[in-house]
Amino acid sequence: MLKVISANRAIAEGVKLSRPQVVPVYPITPQTSISEYLAQFVADGDLNAEYIRVESEHSAISAAVGASGAGVRTFTATSSQGLALMHEILFVAAGMRTPIVMGNANRALSAPLSIWNDQQDSISQRDTGWMQFFAENAQEALDFVINAYKISENKEVLLPSMVCIDGFILTHTVEPVDIPSQDDVDKFLPAYQPTHAYLDPEEPMSLGTFTDPDYYMEARYAMEVAMQKSKKVIKDTYQEFEEVFGRQYGMIENYQCDDAEIILVAMGSICGTIKAVVDILRKKGEKVGLLKVIAYRPFPQEEIYDVVKNAQRIAVLDKNISFGIGGVLFNEIKAKMEVDASGFILGLGGRDVSPDDIVNIVKQTRNPTDTDKINWIGLKEEE
Amino acid sequence: MDIPEEEFLAPGHRACAGCGATIGVRLALKMLGKNTVAVSATGCLEVVTTPYPETAWKIPWIHVAFENSAAVASGVERALRSQGKDDVNVVVFAGDGGTADIGLQSLSGAMERGHNLIYICYDNEAYMNTGVQRSGATPYGASTTTSPHGKESFGEDKPKKNIPMIMAAHGVPYVATASISYPEDFMKKVKKASEIEGPAYIHLHQPCATGWGYDPSKTIELGRLAVETGSWILYEIEDGEFKVTYRPMERKPVNIYLESQKRFKHLADEEKERIQSYVDQVCAELKI
Repeated sequence: MLKVISANRAIAEGVKLSRPQVVPVYPITPQTSISEYLAQFVADGDLNAEYIRVESEHSAISAAVGASGAGVRTFTATSSQGLALMHEILFVAAGMRTPIVMGNANRALSAPLSIWNDQQDSISQRDTGWMQFFAENAQEALDFVINAYKISENKEVLLPSMVCIDGFILTHTVEPVDIPSQDDVDKFLPAYQPTHAYLDPEEPMSLGTFTDPDYYMEARYAMEVAMQKSKKVIKDTYQEFEEVFGRQYGMIENYQCDDAEIILVAMGSICGTIKAVVDILRKKGEKVGLLKVIAYRPFPQEEIYDVVKNAQRIAVLDKNISFGIGGVLFNEIKAKMEVDASGFILGLGGRDVSPDDIVNIVKQTRNPTDTDKINWIGLKEEE
Repeated sequence: MDIPEEEFLAPGHRACAGCGATIGVRLALKMLGKNTVAVSATGCLEVVTTPYPETAWKIPWIHVAFENSAAVASGVERALRSQGKDDVNVVVFAGDGGTADIGLQSLSGAMERGHNLIYICYDNEAYMNTGVQRSGATPYGASTTTSPHGKESFGEDKPKKNIPMIMAAHGVPYVATASISYPEDFMKKVKKASEIEGPAYIHLHQPCATGWGYDPSKTIELGRLAVETGSWILYEIEDGEFKVTYRPMERKPVNIYLESQKRFKHLADEEKERIQSYVDQVCAELKI
């Protein structure tokens, strides 16, 4: 059924279709309407879940770990400062192998305080052991939630997932979204059956114990193995999703890259703008393409390299900054593969990125003056 | 009182000799029984009972972090309810630091939301797991490693934060204080807490030989002295009604309690008198 909805609504619809049993959430701009939609679904009896009105994001994720530990499917959502407040427990959630799914409305981190979009918040959680999926639009937001449960709950994986949607650009923008039927989703994503440790008086287990140096490294190594295995699980899950729902996804999306001389690499909503620019430039005969990174963790290095290896140069666009070294995606790509790349920082704290900016990035990438320079796009001249 | 023999906290854990916290857990679990899930905050109890791959817990148990045990318990309780397991007790064991300081926000949230859980604060009056640093529950005059006595200091210079009354102010159906040295009184309160629908809070006073500085064989005796001197008062607040549950026959001078512990040894008469007059004032109000 096609409905015109925002990505926040799409996330909420995806959650409803996934039938979580416990939903602890705390409001924060621009995530708030996700928690409101879910509250309404529960109030109307459309979602049979325990909705916990926690007093902070820290308690939201803590309650989610407790609920997941007790053997049920759980969902929470947050943004920016809230995600930063969760930071400590994000590690615990992954380390305890709780397959929680979270929606994150990407928003800049303070200071200065900003409610507007960039991706610093989730990028800053890259080492917590969570999988991260970046949506380009509301349809992907909905679909990625359903897929995230299936991937996270796979016994080869058992790591939590974050579905990231750009604040306001997606969270508050409406567009047509195909909402799958409950029957189809139930078949694709059956009720959660925990197969590993969970809290049950009939079979008592201790979860979240204390370890000495004899055991800690193995537990962390097991997470790395799971993260690597998740790549195949993601592919298989998307394949199965396509067979049922007809929409095709991968860890990356290749848009006009096969013969491209210049390839732009980016994540999230900006990919929509880039696709439009690629179409325009292609009409003018420029061989330009977009590589959209959907799965940021696990990092799809083979998939990225396969696409970019034949390009003359690539441009990596980061809505984040690791001070002193540049954009995180740029540096990870540079670290993992031999490519001629230029790095661009843009869109921080909601700074608009126009099609002209993308055209300029293509120009700068084709004729780099200094390849080591981190290029800031849309920065105001000093007055 | 009929006390079940079955133990749900196994021996062989790594607690110090004379540990009061583990005594408290054993007593509480005797009342709660097998059909119970325990949640622990980071702290002594968590560390000594679960050195992987061993565990002392014979019931399901979960630990997530220091400041969030009440939030974790909220999630556990709702998850059990969503599975139709409403009959399972959910009990939190958190120390005084994890309750009065770093965990106060999540505790307040859980109490106010009305989860059906029992929160037991095992109060040894300082951060014992990290080596005796003061917490909000450290009493006036106690010397700790972060409130040491010295030329310019008589130790902790603030009175103990009154967490049970803060919990009572949340309007929860059951709040009680207890001591491991009065096991029947404590266990009756645990039983009552488990039978009440909604949140229950029990603040359990438990001497700590390592942190307080006394012979480990004297743990129970120290707990009794705290109560017999009026330094710790046993009461319960059921549906808003306050009741003292134990009144010493004859209240002993506070000095006996203070002088039996290294943490108070340095106190001058002036401070001891101040503590005695504070205790007298509280006891007068309660007619103890």
